[in-house]
Amino acid sequence: MKKVFFCTAVMLLLLNHVVAQKYIARNGYIGFFSATPMENIEAHNYQASSVLDVESGEMVYSVLIKGFEFEKALMQEHFNEKYLESDKYPKSTFKGKILNIDELDLSKDGIYDVEVEGDLTIKDVTKHIKVMGTLQRKGDRIIAKTKFPVRVADYNIHIPAMVKDNIAEVVDVEVKVEYKPYKK
Amino acid sequence: MKAQIRKNLCLVVLVLSSLLLHAQDNLMSLLEESEEPDTEYTIATFKSTRLMSGQSVEIPAAGVLQYVINHRFARITGGFYNIFGLDNATMRMGFDYGISKRLAVGVGRSSFEKTYDGYLKYKLLRQSKGAGNMPITVTGFAGMAIKTIAWPEPDRPNYFSSRLYYTFQLLIARKFNSDLSLQLMPTLVHRNLVATRADANDVFALGMGGRYKLTGSLSVNVEYYYLIPGQIVSPVYGEKVRNSLTLGVDIETGGHVFQLMLSNSRGMSEKVFITETTGSWLSTNIHFGFNINRVFTIIDKHNKK
Repeated sequence: MKKVFFCTAVMLLLLNHVVAQKYIARNGYIGFFSATPMENIEAHNYQASSVLDVESGEMVYSVLIKGFEFEKALMQEHFNEKYLESDKYPKSTFKGKILNIDELDLSKDGIYDVEVEGDLTIKDVTKHIKVMGTLQRKGDRIIAKTKFPVRVADYNIHIPAMVKDNIAEVVDVEVKVEYKPYKK
Repeated sequence: MKAQIRKNLCLVVLVLSSLLLHAQDNLMSLLEESEEPDTEYTIATFKSTRLMSGQSVEIPAAGVLQYVINHRFARITGGFYNIFGLDNATMRMGFDYGISKRLAVGVGRSSFEKTYDGYLKYKLLRQSKGAGNMPITVTGFAGMAIKTIAWPEPDRPNYFSSRLYYTFQLLIARKFNSDLSLQLMPTLVHRNLVATRADANDVFALGMGGRYKLTGSLSVNVEYYYLIPGQIVSPVYGEKVRNSLTLGVDIETGGHVFQLMLSNSRGMSEKVFITETTGSWLSTNIHFGFNINRVFTIIDKHNKK
């Protein structure tokens, strides 16, 4: 019986420790840019959320597809209705890990280059990706930034022939997220 | 006792390993727990601001100007000699403009009886889920039409007010899923001048309709207006007045919506297709017609901020 108490105590301590290493971000920014000779299209989302574990380097992102704002209302409607089908697939997620987390000393203010590997899920299609980015320690905050390309066709997004010249096959995704220490 | 310890140890190892294995999933569930529910508004209940002949709950987005061209041809019973009605078209040209997220204004002119029309549409309720739950979208419609064709009997006293028609509608719609949307339209059409005393000035009708999306860019639509019986007794252009039934498709391209339809109504303003429909589907006295919408973003979101 004593052992059980001991184990529970250890586990609780462990959990507590894990919690202390976590950072959370709400209202993070995710945008994408499509450039073609016909037109440039951009969309911005300021409702991305993310949790970062600075001990293990693990990070997860979640973003509502409906939260992307376009310059033209009709583009936004088509994006949701025809291309991303946001009623059926409301969220896009990323689950990954900072590969070089052990080499970073995030206790000191500064900007650190990071390499992140993980699974990006858009429209229920999951692809393993590797991206380069930066983590910036600024007081008690951590700011994560990255830019990476996404091939639209990889994620089961079909662009009709009629608008093929207006939408790029590969769009550039930009992420900028500011984390605060996570408190229960 | 030893067995007991081993059992406990096993349990701890199991729990710990599962903790480590699913660290990312745990982070994800932590993220989901911390998310506050948001009100998510339904978009694109219909592709167009018109269901077919009449209005849908949709309005142009704020700052968007919509140019609308509608055509209704003569009856297809004219046969090949009139190329199934295409020789003889009535057309309406109009503009709709989204003033705000909820309010839109429209004006137009139809060659049928040289009719000008204008209207306001206001979104009273927006279908939503999440933090704020609302099962339906309700749009109020108030419109006016002015028939400017020359009086058939210019010698008798004719009043300007006799040229005026008013329409009030509640458009009630629900998008059941990404493909199916249905709409109900309780309607009042007021006619200042009617043919006889037996004809009602205030005509009540109940419209119903919907759309089913076949692909992202194509949907089939149906629209029916039921006239409460006994309100209109006089014939219109020599024919009995019937309920309006329109069947058609929406085809969407980049910035256009094409609506192709068959209808027993020829008019493009409410007073015509609700109170003056005379064609019969059974005797194929129907018309081919189309609407084309093109949107122009006048004020984009970046300028507004």
